[in-house]
Amino acid sequence: MTQLALVIDLNVCVGCHACVTSCKQWNTSGSAGPMSDDRPYGKDPTGTFFNRVQTFEVGSFPKTETVHFPKSCLHCEDPPCVPVCPTGASYKRKEDGIVLVDYDKCIGCKYCSWACPYGAREIDEHQKVMKKCTLCVDRIYDQKLPEAERKPACVLACPTSARLFGDVHDPDSMVSVAIREEGGYPLMPEWGTQPSNHYLPRRKTKMHIHEDELVRVDNPLAKEQFKVPDSDDPFLEDASSW
Amino acid sequence: MSESRTEVKNTTCYMCACRCGIRVTLKEGEVRYIQGNPDHPLNKGVICAKGSSGIMKQYSPARITKPLLRRPGSHRGDAEFQEISWDEAFTLMAERLGHLRQTDPKKFALFTGRDQMQALTGMFARQFGTPNYAAHGGFCSVNMAAGMIYTIGGSFWEFGGPDLERARLFIMIGTAEDHHSNPLKIALSQFKRNGGRFISINPVRTGYSAIADDWIPIKPGTDGALLLALIHETINTGLYDREFLTQYSNAAQLVNVNTKDDDYGLFIRTYEEGDEGKVHPQDQLWWDRLNNQAVRTHTKGADPFLLGEFTLEDGTLVKPAFQMLVDQVKDYTPEWAANITGIPAERIRTLAHEMGIVARDEKIELPIAWTDVWGNEHAAVTGNPVAFHAMRGLAAHSNGFQTIRALAILMSILGTIDRPGGFRHKAPFPRPIPPCPKTPNGPQGVKANEPLGGMPLGWPADPNDLFVDGKGEPIRIDKAFSWEYPLSVHGLMHNAITNAWRGDPYPIDTLMIFMANMAWNSSMNTEQVRQMLNDKDEQGEYKIPFLIVCDAFQSEMVAYADLVLPDTTYLERHDVMSMLDRPISEFDGPVDSVRIPVVPPTGQCKPFQEVLIELGTRLKLPAFVTKEGRRKYRDYPDFIVNFETEPGSGIGFLAGWRGKGGEKFMRGEPNPKQWEMYEKNNCVYQYHLPRSYQYMRNWNEGYLEWAQHHRLTRYTDPINIHIYSEVLQKFRLAAQGKYAGKQPPERLRKRIETYFDPLPFFYEPLEAQLSDKHQYPLSAVTQRPMAMYHSWDSQNAWLRQIHAHNYLYLSPELGRKGGFKDGDWVWVESMHGKVRCMCRFSEAVEPGTVWTWNAIGKAAGAWSLSAEANESQKGFLLNHVISEELPPHADGEHLSNSDPITGQAAWYDVRVKVYKAGPGEPQQTSPQFEPMRRMPGQSIKPKSWFGYVAGKRNKS
Repeated sequence: MTQLALVIDLNVCVGCHACVTSCKQWNTSGSAGPMSDDRPYGKDPTGTFFNRVQTFEVGSFPKTETVHFPKSCLHCEDPPCVPVCPTGASYKRKEDGIVLVDYDKCIGCKYCSWACPYGAREIDEHQKVMKKCTLCVDRIYDQKLPEAERKPACVLACPTSARLFGDVHDPDSMVSVAIREEGGYPLMPEWGTQPSNHYLPRRKTKMHIHEDELVRVDNPLAKEQFKVPDSDDPFLEDASSW
Repeated sequence: MSESRTEVKNTTCYMCACRCGIRVTLKEGEVRYIQGNPDHPLNKGVICAKGSSGIMKQYSPARITKPLLRRPGSHRGDAEFQEISWDEAFTLMAERLGHLRQTDPKKFALFTGRDQMQALTGMFARQFGTPNYAAHGGFCSVNMAAGMIYTIGGSFWEFGGPDLERARLFIMIGTAEDHHSNPLKIALSQFKRNGGRFISINPVRTGYSAIADDWIPIKPGTDGALLLALIHETINTGLYDREFLTQYSNAAQLVNVNTKDDDYGLFIRTYEEGDEGKVHPQDQLWWDRLNNQAVRTHTKGADPFLLGEFTLEDGTLVKPAFQMLVDQVKDYTPEWAANITGIPAERIRTLAHEMGIVARDEKIELPIAWTDVWGNEHAAVTGNPVAFHAMRGLAAHSNGFQTIRALAILMSILGTIDRPGGFRHKAPFPRPIPPCPKTPNGPQGVKANEPLGGMPLGWPADPNDLFVDGKGEPIRIDKAFSWEYPLSVHGLMHNAITNAWRGDPYPIDTLMIFMANMAWNSSMNTEQVRQMLNDKDEQGEYKIPFLIVCDAFQSEMVAYADLVLPDTTYLERHDVMSMLDRPISEFDGPVDSVRIPVVPPTGQCKPFQEVLIELGTRLKLPAFVTKEGRRKYRDYPDFIVNFETEPGSGIGFLAGWRGKGGEKFMRGEPNPKQWEMYEKNNCVYQYHLPRSYQYMRNWNEGYLEWAQHHRLTRYTDPINIHIYSEVLQKFRLAAQGKYAGKQPPERLRKRIETYFDPLPFFYEPLEAQLSDKHQYPLSAVTQRPMAMYHSWDSQNAWLRQIHAHNYLYLSPELGRKGGFKDGDWVWVESMHGKVRCMCRFSEAVEPGTVWTWNAIGKAAGAWSLSAEANESQKGFLLNHVISEELPPHADGEHLSNSDPITGQAAWYDVRVKVYKAGPGEPQQTSPQFEPMRRMPGQSIKPKSWFGYVAGKRNKS
């Protein structure tokens, strides 16, 4: 059975927020939209985003890591947001595992957002419905789009290609290979939600220098030491006698 | 989307200076979706946060849509305007500027911000006849351009960059996220995935530095010390590329070291006109170590000494330039640099060894045969895979030029210039050192009713190229190309207003500003600059009598205009990213591109290009009218197609599809269908050089002949790397009274002699030299967030939700010592002023440094934000504590707070202290300003909420 998901590579994410606004511009005019903005030009502007980037520091100076951490609905295999929904608005699709909200059924009670341990859902106070990442369900099956563009908007936008998209149940998919080979991990597995989205950790490339690597017979400095003496320079034979 | 009218159009992004290809989907004529164009060579389909938010720029309530005239009797800054027609605006400008052109053209000054049409704006100024033109480069990154171009004939960003596809080790120094951002992100990700090692040297760990394998924190303004110590260690361990240096730089050339000679410090010259064979003016003398005698450079079979001291037959004492470098860096040990930079000596040493060993042992060989200008045939192109990148972090210091010279020299001694895995040029670079364009060199270049007798901006090769009068005093209003800042190749826009206000060197009449927020984030000393813009003389006249501002948005600067010209957005205009300016070329060949409107202009908005064409025509500037004085170009698109640099030159703004049928490139007759051909080709023209012309271009015979044939460069002479800068030495000799020709005024002799060192040296930034470092112990710098560019984006409803206000980031240690906590209100104070702001503790900042995001803070009411918006209440502008001038000192009363060589604004030199705000103080940033009013023609009202849906905007 197919389970579509994102795999996010923290090793290359520079925290540029391309995924945040490319998601917003696609979806606000799309089937999951609009994504409203409150006080867009006033104090404390706030709005609906399906995807946000959090930045945090690990360790203390000078051994500090700065981590950019994009976060959206993880499309859990066992999503706690679904059974709590009193109207059946929140559901997980059988065919591809995407977790969606049917706005026609949603009454905006927020049970689902309380149940979600990841804080991935956002209420639209104007439409009074719960909104969240759809994995751009209105793009990925659209036969009118070129096949290469049948991907979530965030995946297409990401300048560092830190966002991989595919079927995590297919062991040969790019995402499954990445999870297997690059140490992919889910968020908070102890909750038993089995998130479909995974993260790839930071991987460091180090260099070790052996002392003898600094020693070379062809060290260019050697070429600077040879000098043909002038004929009036002192020579040993000038002073030798036998 | 099938049921509604959907269109897809290609153009070029302008949400920052990156110039990515974009594909815009429209629904019912409204912007539905902006994606990266997958067929574009620059961004290959990706797009950033800014590019993805173009919709909110297009429909921003901050847009101004009508020409406006300041209401009579109102004060500048009050933003009280009345609507006028374009015809009235043009009549007003043509009368005023026409009079100035007939009487004293230098009384008109044109300064532009991050415009992408400097070829046109510069040409307009030149045609007008005023020397007073520059774009924003002087306060952005001119040190990076000048420091590298005067050394290797190219620089980073538009001029060249790191070849991350082949590099194994990548070192990024200082903040550099804001230039060439998407291509660099793409390359950085691939580089890391290919197993490359990435080291970031930066006082702050944000942005790209976050994913570095190693972060080396450094104190701001000390990069030069680090680079010199790296050079010291690289040479001392023999990790330099000897063959590269001897063949392709002036390292082995012999310098006259007879201190008493007038040509002390100049190369020994042997070239004479008429010499035959493969000789060049650059060919001078080596000391051949095989035969122990002086020989002409590049003599077959000779191998020069890089080190030593020799005596020529005529008794002249000489040294190879490299020996001079070794002498210069002798005391720049890692231990010495450790004290200055805060980086442990052992780390500096290891860093040098890492670079040197990777360069030496991981050599790349590409099976590409090529021939050098001396006629030597090479079976392969080789490279040393160590790449660097740097921009403003190094540049925005008053010691930046010499620091960047040190960087370029380090890159050169590692043998990484225009080779695979190192630094690679982008057409039209490399250029001769220095490039050919020159300004007039005296007052005779400025005449009424005539175009300027040279370029407004140029590249001085020696003191006689300076643009000064008989007393050695400046001719330009910003004092560029004077003895105060001789190599100010991008001008000093940051001093234009202060100088014009003071009338030093002279008062002007009309200042025209395009796309630069000089009443806010583009000026140092913002509060006082605002007062200068509003200041009057004893007769009650404004000290700067007439201010014309062209902008698309209700920026802080617009409030000070006498005449406001509403510009279009990038989605509403034609534009060219021209080979005459800074095109988007790739490593493997020239590329230029265009914008084609995807939506019609809003209201009466008119692209600034159209304004210049129309104004030039009305003023009858020679380039815009026929001999009979009639209009030559219908509009900007017509101008782009038909303009030629000289009649019949075949050189125009666009390189692609020239010739009558579009069959030529670079050079050819105008093609009436040129725009259509760009449109069909993703708005971009790309040329791939033959592989044998793609590397070693400074010395590549085939490439240089190709470049000359296509008129990219005038000469085919080799562009040898200036390890030792004779250009700088000539200025130093002039200061010592030893160079024939122009002499500096007495007051500046010492300054020129000190800073025009032909070899890089380290000095403390000028402001720090003049600061009380006990009172102001900290450095304050800014970085630019990747989701915001300049000040443009605070009007953007989506982007401002990412950064609505900024904090001062600092080490928790400072809070512990100063008795304040994370999130507290604090004062950040320099010797020039103080700002109240909120602090955030961070472990990702060097403890002697505080920093913030640039240009998030706004004046209340500007950019169509409410007076309570976070940007003006919590956000702050560090510019208030930075001065555009140095305190009076021995070298002068009013010297710019800039690099003494290039005039680069020294934004990052400021020294500050931070202390807790008092308990009774308002929880609000300070200083505050009267809220700016909305202006007539701001037709889109800011709503309290909205949910944008394309095609329904005006229906909800």
